Amino acid sequence: MAELDWYLLSSQAFTGLGLGVIFVLLAVGLSLIFGLMGVTNFAHGSLYMLGAYFTFTLLTLTGNFWIALFGGAILVGVFGMATEVALLRPLAGRSIDDPLLLTFGLSLVLVEAVRLIWGKAGLALDTPSALTGAVDLGFIMFPQYRVFVIGLTAVVLIALWLFLTRTNVGLIIRAGTRDPLMVRALGFNFNAIRTIVFGIGAALAGLAGALVGPLGGVYAEMGVNIIIESFVVVVVGGMGSLLGAVIAGLVIGEVVSFTTLFAPKFSHLAVFIVMALVLIVRPSGLFGESGLME
Amino acid sequence: MTRWLSAQIAGRPVLAFIAVFTVFPFVIPYEGLAAQVLTYGLFALGFNIIYGYTGLLSFGHAAFWGLGAYGTGITLAKLGIHSLWLGLGAGIGAAVLVGVVVGYLCLRRRGIYFAMLTLAFGQMIFFAAFHLSEWTGGDDGLRGIPRLPLDLPGLTIDLDTPLRLYYFIMVVVTLMLLGLKRILESPFGAVLQAIRENPSRAEACGYDVRRVKLLAFTFSAFFAGVAGALEAIRLNFVPIDALYWTTSAQVVIMTLIGGAGTFFGPFIGAAVFLLLQDWLSLVMESWSLVIGIIFIAFVLFLPKGIWGTLLEWLRGRERMEADGVRKQRERQNQAAL
Repeated sequence: MAELDWYLLSSQAFTGLGLGVIFVLLAVGLSLIFGLMGVTNFAHGSLYMLGAYFTFTLLTLTGNFWIALFGGAILVGVFGMATEVALLRPLAGRSIDDPLLLTFGLSLVLVEAVRLIWGKAGLALDTPSALTGAVDLGFIMFPQYRVFVIGLTAVVLIALWLFLTRTNVGLIIRAGTRDPLMVRALGFNFNAIRTIVFGIGAALAGLAGALVGPLGGVYAEMGVNIIIESFVVVVVGGMGSLLGAVIAGLVIGEVVSFTTLFAPKFSHLAVFIVMALVLIVRPSGLFGESGLME
Repeated sequence: MTRWLSAQIAGRPVLAFIAVFTVFPFVIPYEGLAAQVLTYGLFALGFNIIYGYTGLLSFGHAAFWGLGAYGTGITLAKLGIHSLWLGLGAGIGAAVLVGVVVGYLCLRRRGIYFAMLTLAFGQMIFFAAFHLSEWTGGDDGLRGIPRLPLDLPGLTIDLDTPLRLYYFIMVVVTLMLLGLKRILESPFGAVLQAIRENPSRAEACGYDVRRVKLLAFTFSAFFAGVAGALEAIRLNFVPIDALYWTTSAQVVIMTLIGGAGTFFGPFIGAAVFLLLQDWLSLVMESWSLVIGIIFIAFVLFLPKGIWGTLLEWLRGRERMEADGVRKQRERQNQAAL
């Protein structure tokens, strides 16, 4: 009995990790965009949904899962950059609520446009044949695809970290998060930096959606709930903090996974209870600086 | 003519409201829609107190609208209490009570944090209601809310026709409008707008900004609660969507399209939104695509909304005319000299 419980708990913990990395991908993008641009991207859930649809279409066109997965994410990134240039740039200098309102309007448009283009019924995205089956992790057996999702997220996060800390563009982005005015004064093209950052955030959301596709199906409303949960992750982690987004994403993933095991009715509620508790103890989130963007 | 009319409306808002909404159900496709404009308009009016006048973007107002509706619905349908007033009172009380608690917690932060916190608390209440299906009906919504007669001292009126119901709702909404006018014209209303323009300065002037904000948030929840309670009576039903965050978003859209921070904007926004939705959903399936595009256009090009833009245009005209008169006088003075 004790052995069975151990098995159940560890497999639940691993499921939580698989869910957590999706939150991490979404929250890191949200936090990056927020930290640099002060934009709360309400359309992030729709970009996530778009990633799954792009991947679906690329998969039917090319038949290659890898091209479809990364191509889908990159296409969402390009779409995000176009959005930033066309819709968000004109809002520079306006109230901090305006980009939130605009991206909310965009999310309505995207959900409806996807229904028009791909139809109302959900689509099924097949798990690539190389990743079906289970992996023996020594103590538990775990679906290969979920292990792949966790591993790929880790690789992407390390790549993002290297990009931000080891490249010149990354340096400018980090400087821009601290002091946009100074970066502009030093002669850097801050508009281009903003576009790049929004594109990266969008691509991360698209990748998350594409990765979830084979697990949860592809449907137009798939981003409607997860955007709220991603906001919670960002708030818990502290807005603008990437480390906070990663840790809070993993914590929330485990919270959802374990409440689903012990009290399935409360799994959605638990997320918000965790948030309320964190904010009562630390109003600026786990790793947030107080006073940012208020 | 339009200018004269808008000036009249702006000058005597409550009278204008009564004039317009007395004939409203006869120019609208059906009475139910007219009554819906009233309840959603009142909801938007309440939201406008916190967003338009105090400058705090709440994305969780569905909570108060939904609690108003569920509170009333549960009292009448589940507890078997046979009084319209007690039913409405229970819904409004629930909205205000939760409004104070949520407001207290969310007002610890400002700006975007406030928007996200209200959104999260709104969702928390949604999921709670979703799982308490014995009381709320869960996913199916709360059915079987009776349409009780209106008991007044020495008089009982049946609300059995759509038109009677409409005028009952209109009377309540008119009273709420008078109340709001009183609030906004009081020193308290002035402090709210001071907080919107410059919170630090308001604080430096000695106002307890957090307390004023909490009071504004509570008023706002109260208005939304009344609106939700009326909506439950109107529909005889509460859909679970009443608490979902998309309802919060709807009231944001209405207020922004109409004109945030103006007295009448929210009503105009609610009317435009609901009429548009009613018409679009007849001619096409993807009506929310059009609403989304219109909303984006308003954020980009008309952030003051329909009413706010109109008012600004009027004031611009007045100023131009005033300038004209002054220049004419100057010319006359020069001629006299």
